Amino acid sequence: MRHGVARFVTGFLALPVGLYLFYVVWPFLQAAGYSLTDWGGYSDRQQFVGLENYLRLFTDELIRKAFWHNVFFLVTVPLCTIALALFLAFLLNVGGREDKAGIRGVFGSGLYKVIFFFPQVLSLVVIAVMWQQIYRADGQGLVNGVLMKIGLVAEDDPITFMYDPEPFLGVPAVLWWLLLIAVWSGAGFYMVLFSAAMQSIPKDIYEAAILDGAGRFHTFFRITLPLLRDTVSVAWVYLGFIALDMFALVYIMTPSQGGPNHASEIFASVIHFNAFQKGQFGYACAIAVALAIFTILLAAFQLKITRRERIEY
Amino acid sequence: MPVTPELDRRTLLRRAAAAGLLVTPAAGLLSACAGSTPSQNNANTGEKSNDNPFGVQENSAVKVVIFNGGLGDAWAKEDQAIFTAKHQSVTVNMSSTQKIKTEEQPKMATTPSDVVMNSGADMMDISTLVNEGAIEPLDDLLAAPAWDGAGTVADSLLPGTVADGSFQGKFYVVNIAYTVWGNWYNSALFSKQGWEPPKTFDDFFALAPKIKATGMAPYVYDAVHGYYPRWALMATIWKSAGKQAVIDIDNLKENAWRAEGVLSALQAWEKLVKDKLVLPGKLDHTQSQQAWLDGKAAFIQVGTWLKNEMAATIPPGFEMKISDYWGLGATDKAPNDVYAGAGEGIVVPSKAPNKAAAKEFLRAVLSKAGSAKFAELTKSLASTSGSGDNVQDSALASANELMKNAPKDLVSVKFWNFYADLDKESQNLSEELMAGRITAAQFVDKMQAAADKVAKDSSITKQTRDA
Repeated sequence: MRHGVARFVTGFLALPVGLYLFYVVWPFLQAAGYSLTDWGGYSDRQQFVGLENYLRLFTDELIRKAFWHNVFFLVTVPLCTIALALFLAFLLNVGGREDKAGIRGVFGSGLYKVIFFFPQVLSLVVIAVMWQQIYRADGQGLVNGVLMKIGLVAEDDPITFMYDPEPFLGVPAVLWWLLLIAVWSGAGFYMVLFSAAMQSIPKDIYEAAILDGAGRFHTFFRITLPLLRDTVSVAWVYLGFIALDMFALVYIMTPSQGGPNHASEIFASVIHFNAFQKGQFGYACAIAVALAIFTILLAAFQLKITRRERIEY
Repeated sequence: MPVTPELDRRTLLRRAAAAGLLVTPAAGLLSACAGSTPSQNNANTGEKSNDNPFGVQENSAVKVVIFNGGLGDAWAKEDQAIFTAKHQSVTVNMSSTQKIKTEEQPKMATTPSDVVMNSGADMMDISTLVNEGAIEPLDDLLAAPAWDGAGTVADSLLPGTVADGSFQGKFYVVNIAYTVWGNWYNSALFSKQGWEPPKTFDDFFALAPKIKATGMAPYVYDAVHGYYPRWALMATIWKSAGKQAVIDIDNLKENAWRAEGVLSALQAWEKLVKDKLVLPGKLDHTQSQQAWLDGKAAFIQVGTWLKNEMAATIPPGFEMKISDYWGLGATDKAPNDVYAGAGEGIVVPSKAPNKAAAKEFLRAVLSKAGSAKFAELTKSLASTSGSGDNVQDSALASANELMKNAPKDLVSVKFWNFYADLDKESQNLSEELMAGRITAAQFVDKMQAAADKVAKDSSITKQTRDA
């Protein structure tokens, strides 16, 4: 019996696993192999250079910059997105007034749900191109145009958004503007995710809390948030991917793909520069492998600190 | 009975999440690095003759990839017609794209196209192609008889075309479009206001207050692509410090950026920014060109493809003319040298299956008939001399005029083709200077530091230029 099941499962899995090994795992191994060479990417000539590429990583100023920019996103993207999504989900599900029908969301919450979810159906490239127009750095930009009309921004001194490397709280302004887009485009999806999780929390728990005199603040922090722990930790992991990527936004929106003057450089843009502009695929592969190792360590860390007993209801 | 009783749901989820976390951000990047195995080089050639100098084999096929950018691809179809008129049995498979590197780079090590127009924002790095031996030297094309005219192909080309396509002493890149760079202005407006297009920065600084008085910004530039303002900065450096100074810069000579005349050239630009003569805001190339067409700024610097690029939105009565880049005046070492050269390069990959037909196709592209069609269709000069003789156009005419009075030496800068690091650094610093965030002196210091770093880096293949 058991033997038959194994054969049945193997039959189904052989093809997808084969494809996965060939198109995903094999390129990974190849990349790891190339990271030990000086391959340029346009020929079949390559020399084994050992760990030289990896040693170079530690002295590369650009990598150091990119690392800290990625760390910035790694901290802020999940934090801001989850906070905003939780706030919206709370308002839409349990934030409204209480009456005979029990706990409900604010008026029109169904409509808001659709509106907030909307960025999720747009491709990231479309989002980037759209925000280019919003962020356009002269009077024809959406933000600048409106602010100039109402006199908050001087005609001859528009906000320069993607072209602004001036540090705000120690981080170049361009990164904050990119963060805003990442949070805007991500919050809707996680709001829906948290909404679904909130709806599975029994209403009588809230009713009991309200009878005991708990306000919105307490119901959120004492009941909703602890019961959403699993969902939030999943969201955190996913948002970690997005924060380590960010390539599309940086590549499409920033000047010189990582500019101005390296102010928005991230791992992915440094890899792209080394591989495709500088023709140093070997070194680029070494950066990519280092990024993969960094990601594994991060995954281990995240999963360790979010491990906890599940509450059944 | 569960299949895997030792795996509970949570463990499975946790493992799946860990695997996903590992895979997602790195997947695209890692797999982008994956290469492929090489294939054998096959040379199939037929009989060589004066009329068929490369021995194109009958009934063969040649694959041509055209960059479909500012110049379009209509001109290439004319060349195809010229080619097939002579070689009726040869099939030309022509395609056009804007994604040259994305589509062609993966094929370079195995089975590339025969003719690749390597141009646009998504182009393959030329010095890498040369260093890796990925493209074919085309010196035999230069020595071959011209398609329709006396002498060799080399004889029929405009000055600079061979030099611009040569690397390490060999000719690799056939640049088909001849471009002149300079400062553009609306000649209709200038004659109405009685303004003279300036020749030097001093003239410009004298004219600027008058322009500003009409509510117009004197200058606008591309704040997105650093290589736009860089053309202008380097042209001023060439005029001020002379040809040898730029050659030294390209050759990474010690303290080349500190040569006399370099700093003063950059200081003129620093003053232009400090005096707030630039249109406020940060625009890209087409946005800034449109702002100029809309009369928001008096001058913009760009190449002769401008007219074709903006053809759809040129206001009626707007008469675009090009004038030479501004120098500093009496101290200039090469005040009249014009920034011009051949661009839009076509290469033949070393592993191309039908190299004979590829070279023959290029011979057709450089023919008199083909280049005349090119100038007619693109409103841009071709690298073959005499291409623009029959084209009527104010922009093209002013470029012709500029070339007629130009000395033999053309402004040409190589370091950004030689070294990707210096390319990036110089683009970034050009934008920083134009944004007023660094001074001319800081520009010089940082470029010198970057050049020294490249000079010391043994992993970077060095290139030199003599002239």
